[in-house]
Amino acid sequence: MNDIAAFLATHSTMIYLLIFAVFLGYELISKVPSVLHTPLMSGANAISGIVLVGSILFLRTADPQDYLSLGLGSLALVMAMINIVGGFAVTNRMLAMFKKKPSS
Amino acid sequence: MMAIVQLAYLIGAICFILGLRGLSHPSSARRGNLLAALGMTLAILGALLQPIAGADNNYLWIAGAMIIGAAVGWYRSARVEMTGMPQLVSLFNGLGGGSAMLLALTEYLKNYQNSTASSLAVIAFTLLVGTISFSGSILAYLKLDGKVRDAQVRLPAHSLINLGLLLVSLVLTALLVMQPSTLILVISLVVFLIYGFSFVAPIGGADMPVVISLLNSVTGLSAATAGFLYGSQIMILGGILVGASGTILTILMCQAMNRSLMSVILGNFGSAAVAGASSADQADQTVQSAQAMDVAILLAYAQKVVLVPGYGMAVAQAQKQAKELDEILQEKDIEVYYGIHPVAGRMPGHMNVLLAEVDIDYDKLYDLDQTNAIIDEADVVLVVGANDVVNPSALDDPSSSIYGMPVLEVWKAQQVIVFKRSMKPGYAGIQNPLFFKENTKMLFGDAADSLKQIVAEIKNL
Repeated sequence: MNDIAAFLATHSTMIYLLIFAVFLGYELISKVPSVLHTPLMSGANAISGIVLVGSILFLRTADPQDYLSLGLGSLALVMAMINIVGGFAVTNRMLAMFKKKPSS
Repeated sequence: MMAIVQLAYLIGAICFILGLRGLSHPSSARRGNLLAALGMTLAILGALLQPIAGADNNYLWIAGAMIIGAAVGWYRSARVEMTGMPQLVSLFNGLGGGSAMLLALTEYLKNYQNSTASSLAVIAFTLLVGTISFSGSILAYLKLDGKVRDAQVRLPAHSLINLGLLLVSLVLTALLVMQPSTLILVISLVVFLIYGFSFVAPIGGADMPVVISLLNSVTGLSAATAGFLYGSQIMILGGILVGASGTILTILMCQAMNRSLMSVILGNFGSAAVAGASSADQADQTVQSAQAMDVAILLAYAQKVVLVPGYGMAVAQAQKQAKELDEILQEKDIEVYYGIHPVAGRMPGHMNVLLAEVDIDYDKLYDLDQTNAIIDEADVVLVVGANDVVNPSALDDPSSSIYGMPVLEVWKAQQVIVFKRSMKPGYAGIQNPLFFKENTKMLFGDAADSLKQIVAEIKNL
């Protein structure tokens, strides 16, 4: 119980941020037309690669002799990077097809 | 330096917000995506440059990993066919979840002996959601890619097994915090992996759009919880925004099928016995089949044509032929519309992507309500590879497992042509009375070939 209280106390601004983000996300995306469902999903998917920030910070603080941490951390970074680059690139490719053609 | 890094994170977060807002409007979508990518670049720079006292940095490892990841991601995204998009999105999503999983794993290994309960709880929860997202998305990828068939992974009483696995997973999550050890970690990892597989296993076919959206939101959640671990606001914000967008899409897809999320997760779509009475009725009914020539004549004298695409169009790669048909009908001043059901295909918006690929103007893409509003004026409806989304049982047969799902009411048109390989029922064996209606004709064969023949016949007329 004390742990929970301590957690809430030390992370209070983070928790505020989390709650606001839930509402913000809902308001931002609630009225999306069906044409954009796929690009929205794959674009959002690319953003979830933000976990990469964690893997970079982890690798930077790892002990250079600790090959297990370095190996697993690097693998995490590779995976997040594929998610990010692939996700944004494929979304861009899709949206390029949606470009409105000059009406004939 | 720290101030500059904080500013980069802040601007990055704003880019994410504006980017997602852009992505929800057609005119600004492309800019929105680029803005989100810019935000990500700023976040990466921030993470690379953030001053950390006494850190060894290991920039060589970081650079190597980033280059490999970027190259692989770029290569895959440049090569993918638009029909393969659902698989790719699932795969990328799984990698994001897998990244959170590995991060939680290494953090736990490194710190489990001297961490507070609250930070262990954050790690354990990140491990739980990251792992479920990883193994679930990988199975979804394998299913969508046709490497695993739905029936191969569905067990009897699957929903009970899943409930059991969920409970065990939650207990293990608690143990990770209260009795930290590497043994518990290994057991947890294995159980979470199995749960992710088992969670997706019974869900298939037409329910895939729901499960993909749901997994997307789980990955976002895992990124957000990892954010607590590193005290990173941008991770929390980015992760939660993704979680929210995935959740909204999940709800939209469920509404489109008029089913609760729970019934999708339990995976009982069509697995209930198809009402004996109605299938017996249809056993002695016959269908009328048509030839490409007949369809060509029908189309040539029509004024309004509605094409209803489904997953079968993606499988047959028939969108190019659909475009050819579209052009030739347009030359004859025949109006062509596309009736797109929200859950047609295997991911949200799947059909829109395919039709956009072949340059079909998106003003002609009608959604469910728009299509049903004009359907009785249509002379011919071409159903290309769709089945459950045009099934009249959804409206008039309470014993059908899709009863209550809004469908495209194509049978109200003058004439319906159904493109189909054979008389095999659609996903999970739901019989479709549409095929037996008086104004329905079946055109058997590969959809792409059939469309090609029709185009050729129309040219010959």
